[in-house]
Amino acid sequence: MIQAARTLDTYGLLCPVPIMKTASAIREIAVGEVLEVLADDPQILEDMPAWCASNGHALLDTIEDGEEYKLFVKKVK
Amino acid sequence: MSKPVKAVGLLSGGLDSTIAAAMLMRQGIEIQGLTFYTGFCVVEHNRRSKTRKRKKPVRNEALQAGAKLDLPVEMIDISGPDYLKVLTDPKYGYGKTVNPCIDCRIFMFRRARQYMDEIGAQFMFTGEVLGQRPMSQRRQPMNVIDRDAELDGLLLRPLSAKRLPPTVAEEKGWVDREQLGDIQGRSRQKQMEMAEEYGIEDYPSPAGGCCYLTDANFGRRILDFFEYEGKENLTMDDVMLLKIGRHFRVKPDVKVVMGREEGENKFLERYAPGRWRLETKDVTGPTTLVEGHPTDDDLRQIAGMTVRYAGSKADPDTPVACRYEETERILEPAPVEESVVEEWRI
Ligand code: SF4
Repeated sequence: MIQAARTLDTYGLLCPVPIMKTASAIREIAVGEVLEVLADDPQILEDMPAWCASNGHALLDTIEDGEEYKLFVKKVK
Repeated sequence: MSKPVKAVGLLSGGLDSTIAAAMLMRQGIEIQGLTFYTGFCVVEHNRRSKTRKRKKPVRNEALQAGAKLDLPVEMIDISGPDYLKVLTDPKYGYGKTVNPCIDCRIFMFRRARQYMDEIGAQFMFTGEVLGQRPMSQRRQPMNVIDRDAELDGLLLRPLSAKRLPPTVAEEKGWVDREQLGDIQGRSRQKQMEMAEEYGIEDYPSPAGGCCYLTDANFGRRILDFFEYEGKENLTMDDVMLLKIGRHFRVKPDVKVVMGREEGENKFLERYAPGRWRLETKDVTGPTTLVEGHPTDDDLRQIAGMTVRYAGSKADPDTPVACRYEETERILEPAPVEESVVEEWRI
């Protein structure tokens, strides 16, 4: 079970909006902490790994539950 | 060792901006990618409207490019009233449809310049190619854009640099002009060769058309809105609705938006508050929203149109549920001729 410092709810929003929200939420947690992102736009499965790779954060896990997704992003720097 | 020179790159994720970034990385420049969210993205809209399960995953190309080149990408949200003013009152007018490309570039470049200062970057760059796009990428508009966005020579266009006057980055020796490009025009041959040289694969096709403002249908709808509702009243909610469904102007103060398939119907439901909403009873059909001040006769005709688009399952006299906020009535549809529907279509 990953312990998240914060949860960001992006249900109903379409990418890239959840990604932009992730970017601002990650600024508010400390390095080493984890942000949990809740989403229902499947594009996040493409965009979040790319965003993490480009911005140097770690996507620890992605849990798919039907049409809902939970993504755990660890702030690395 | 001295600190590397830092540059902000406007990335679309297309081949040109990816090559521009790769070129500068080779020269040891530290790059921060930047991309803007305008609210007029076609990819986003398509996903919104079509049913969710799609074979091919949609992706944000700017982020993909960032991941590929291993460079950070910032996405800035510029959608909202200030950007809408660019659309409603462009100083330099529109392109083929309602695309205010010159003003849009000025707006973006200004914001990019501000971002550059915020993060302490020394210059910025784009993947623009001289003469590639009719409106914003000819020499004269480029000069206008640079002047109005107050870039002070800080924007480098690496792909066409040798055909343009030297910028600050070249003058200060941050980049070697000799190693920059001299590309001009619409052919993409050179870019393809460079992509191969740099090992850039899997780039999106340069078909463009990623911006709704260049779409002719959308353009007609925007102009209809300007005429009947006044451009000063345009909001992002209106923009969302203009992108979706079939549109009909029944009377100067009555407009109809009708979903074309399930995804659109669902999306329209969210905009029902403050509007009339019509749906066929018992048989599936489109969700129809009515804006303005329809009379009872108007509503019955719109009900007729809703039945018409419900397809073969609906008889011409299929009852239609008509709701406004908490109230619901069942309407008997009035027949509408095809020719009338066509006249109303926006
Ligand atoms: S195509 Fe759209 S996003 Fe691109 S410059 Fe023109 S108005 Fe702006």
